[in-house]
Amino acid sequence: MTVVAVGSALAEAISRIPDPEVPVISIADLGILRDVDVDEQAHTVAVTITPTYSGCPAMEAIASRIVFEAGRQGYAADVRTQLSPAWTTDWMSDAGREALRRFGIAPPGAVPTGEGKGPVAVTLSRHVVTCPLCGSTDTTEIAHFGSTACKALRRCNACLEPFDEFKAI
Amino acid sequence: MSDHVTSAAPSASESAERESLPGAAENTGAAPGAKPYATYLLGLADDAMVYAQRLGEWMTNAPQIEEDMALGNIALDLLGQARGLYPYIGSIDGTGRGEDDYAMLRDERRWHNVHLVEQERGDFADEMARLLWFSAYQVELHTALTASADDVVAGVAGKALKEVRYHLDHASLWVVRLGDGTEESHRRMQAALEHVLPHLAELFDHDEASVLAADLEVGVLPSTLHDAVVARVARVVEQATLTLPDGSRWRSRGGRAGIHSRPMGSLLAEMQHIARSHPGATW
Repeated sequence: MTVVAVGSALAEAISRIPDPEVPVISIADLGILRDVDVDEQAHTVAVTITPTYSGCPAMEAIASRIVFEAGRQGYAADVRTQLSPAWTTDWMSDAGREALRRFGIAPPGAVPTGEGKGPVAVTLSRHVVTCPLCGSTDTTEIAHFGSTACKALRRCNACLEPFDEFKAI
Repeated sequence: MSDHVTSAAPSASESAERESLPGAAENTGAAPGAKPYATYLLGLADDAMVYAQRLGEWMTNAPQIEEDMALGNIALDLLGQARGLYPYIGSIDGTGRGEDDYAMLRDERRWHNVHLVEQERGDFADEMARLLWFSAYQVELHTALTASADDVVAGVAGKALKEVRYHLDHASLWVVRLGDGTEESHRRMQAALEHVLPHLAELFDHDEASVLAADLEVGVLPSTLHDAVVARVARVVEQATLTLPDGSRWRSRGGRAGIHSRPMGSLLAEMQHIARSHPGATW
């Protein structure tokens, strides 16, 4: 899903900025770039981004990269952080999901619904995650949290390789 | 917290704070844009901030490296939730303070968090008992706050809700694993449920700030969350073959009014000493 109207070279450049923690995916494909509003007359650009997680430490790096890209093309950027509506992995583009998979990170599945009323966590790990390396669906969770806030750690029981899973939220 | 304020701001905020005691709505109707529920939001933000600091202590101290990562990530979520509120609180309490003013330059009497989050970390079972209760509380709290009349509060809550559900899952997994584990892990998990008990009632206490915020439909009356939180915890405790202890011979109180327990002072000293030793420093 993209909400960004890519109408100018600047908007294009901003949408292609890679995520600092998962550089194989752009901020547009990740779904955290919510709006780019270029004012050609005033040479300004208003950019709206949203964090994946409240404490995502990459937000400042992303904002400064946007300011840098805009500055390179002679624009002053105003970067706004927006919390609502809250980011969901459903906003990740198909291209972004494929880029993650090729990089060895299992892309997020559908966001679970009816959360919070069901059984406790022990039974939650029944969702199927496909190994990004060999394609087997026989995988198990090693750890609830991975190398960044947005990932969990899994292992493939077929090829025995460990891999990151992008958590669906 | 990189946008550190210069030395002028703290003195202005300190004098603003001296004029009113915590626990009541500070600076009611003062500056333009001032809203009377800043103290309520400070309670929410301070719970998250202080617990983030405590959870951060587990980095390199958890029983396995995956738990260093897990508790560090949970702390980061909570830190983010606090950061989502502090600058907004500064814009509505009439002081214009920034996040560092609140986190790094406030003295103990000005913190509005409950005693539960400031307690020393104990063993891993103690932490899982605390995380189970606190995240169950946060799930119910943020579910209610997504309907807040204040859009910023609703936005922070909507974001936080996704995170705290995962924290609750994580704590539930461990409580079940330890409770339904070996004789030793069962005994220690049961003891942990008892250790945390005296600090739970305070989560559901009313004070002037929460009543006011609830009246304005910005906040939620803490007591209304009680039954749902207990039900969530009870389900996990039962699955863990543990027993939910009832009643404590004493209970904590006063955190929302700035009255804290002994561990709070050293927590703040550790958390704040760099910012206070090098005022205005940036990197």
